[in-house]
Amino acid sequence: MKRKNRLLKISALGVYAFLYLPLLIVVIYSFNDSKLNAEWVGFTWKWYDKLFNNREMLTAARNSLIIASASALIATLLGTLAGMTIHKYRLKLLPGLVIAPIAMPDILMGVSLLLFFIMLNMSLGLLSITLAHITFCIGFVALSVQARMSNIDRSLTEAARDLGATPWQCFRKITLPLLAPGILAGALMAFTLSIDDFVITFFVAGVDSSTLPLQIYSMVKIAITPEVNAISTLLMLLTLILITLVAKLSPGALRS
Amino acid sequence: MHTSAWRKKLISQKCLGLPPLAYLLIFFAVPTVIMLFASFRYAGDYGGLAPWYYYEQGSLSFDLTLENWQRLFESDIYLQLFLKSIAYAVLATLLCILLGYPLALMIARSPRRHRDLLLLLVILPFWSNFLVRIYAWMIIFSPSGALTHMLNSLLAVFGIAPISLMYSPTAVIVTLVYVHLPFMVLPLYANLEKHDPALLDAAQDLGASRWRRFWRITWPLSLPGVYAGSILVFIPVLGMFAIPELLGGTDGIMIANVIKQQFVESRDWPFGSVLSMVLTAAAVLVVLLGAKFGQQLGHSR
Repeated sequence: MKRKNRLLKISALGVYAFLYLPLLIVVIYSFNDSKLNAEWVGFTWKWYDKLFNNREMLTAARNSLIIASASALIATLLGTLAGMTIHKYRLKLLPGLVIAPIAMPDILMGVSLLLFFIMLNMSLGLLSITLAHITFCIGFVALSVQARMSNIDRSLTEAARDLGATPWQCFRKITLPLLAPGILAGALMAFTLSIDDFVITFFVAGVDSSTLPLQIYSMVKIAITPEVNAISTLLMLLTLILITLVAKLSPGALRS
Repeated sequence: MHTSAWRKKLISQKCLGLPPLAYLLIFFAVPTVIMLFASFRYAGDYGGLAPWYYYEQGSLSFDLTLENWQRLFESDIYLQLFLKSIAYAVLATLLCILLGYPLALMIARSPRRHRDLLLLLVILPFWSNFLVRIYAWMIIFSPSGALTHMLNSLLAVFGIAPISLMYSPTAVIVTLVYVHLPFMVLPLYANLEKHDPALLDAAQDLGASRWRRFWRITWPLSLPGVYAGSILVFIPVLGMFAIPELLGGTDGIMIANVIKQQFVESRDWPFGSVLSMVLTAAAVLVVLLGAKFGQQLGHSR
């Protein structure tokens, strides 16, 4: 048993290295004083400096934040409603519709929404991106809320009702406070998903509006530059903070 | 009175599900139907879609066609690309099982207080930006990168000409595995965590060897987790365009690259819709097959 455990531990350690080394390389080279991501020359902040003076990048960052805030807000509202009703009732259509956008390849949602927006004669931009992001975020919020709902002891709400609370009071005073970590975790996940989305945004963004991932894509397509490493490192830092928060709030949410 | 109270309850609570239902119908179901419809339309003269109806001498005429679907079967390019994409997805899935299984097993067998942290360490890279994770491998595979350097000096010892890793199917497969590995580990762990250690102890007491214990107990019990993880890896890989585009060169492209090309570069939306519908059908089929498999597994137990 002992020997197998060691073998298992070593191979697992190898897989962890496989997961983290590439990202570590990105971070390290973001501080390298050389245009090439090859050998280490010396420490520098200049790629970050360049980044904060890059007007396009700043506009893209602002767009990303606006889109992510708006879509997280609306998706949290809709996703919470979806999660609660799915938990309470044996529904057929809603659970399927909540899962389907998560289960299908991203590109399909991207191109079908493109067709949809064009058919409505809608101009592509921040609004179309936000509407698209809400669509794929609802499911993640719903799953997080649903997971939390099933942990709530039913006798608490039943006791409240027996003591004469109206359904609304019962929801406000009992269900909502107990549900709050699940909702918040869902909201943070939605925000992260929106900030990070590339594929769907790529199709529904149109020509005039850019987001951080789109900006990274166009830079990467032209050449590999340490500026990309710098923005990547910052994005990783942001995600790290958000996801650690989610994990603290609702450990089960990330696994669904 | 009783009925009205019951109806009121139904209205007040079930209706909470209506806003998300309406949103998903409008922004997910309707666009999919529109895409199916678009696959029967003509392309516009300057890309996009041509009108699908017109008035002629006071009467309404429709302008729909099967041509786009016929084009799918005219040459075997598209069939081959679909098969190639399926092959890539199968390979990536198998490699994810190979790498993900030991990791999930290790986490499931470590002390309870460590498990959450170990699992979080698997999840974290998955939540870092998708393009950043691809970009990391662009650096690693770049011709000036250390990996290519080392590999080529090793090959030179055996007198083999230097090779380039960038823009190759190998680069695509490695990155596909890297990006989707957490999808495999999570469901596998969720399954392995539930196994009763007493089973393994009993087998050991009865003299079963380590490998026998694994292949006769752990592996068969973990199959539902393997299937769930495989579906979660297979489907997004099947529809992937960013990884082949950035790392694949001309040899490494997959079906989603052609879909993207139809919608963005050649702007032939009807044919792009045909390919998208085929991809949709493939994804739905995989989900249904997976669900059926999982159910059978559940029944046989």
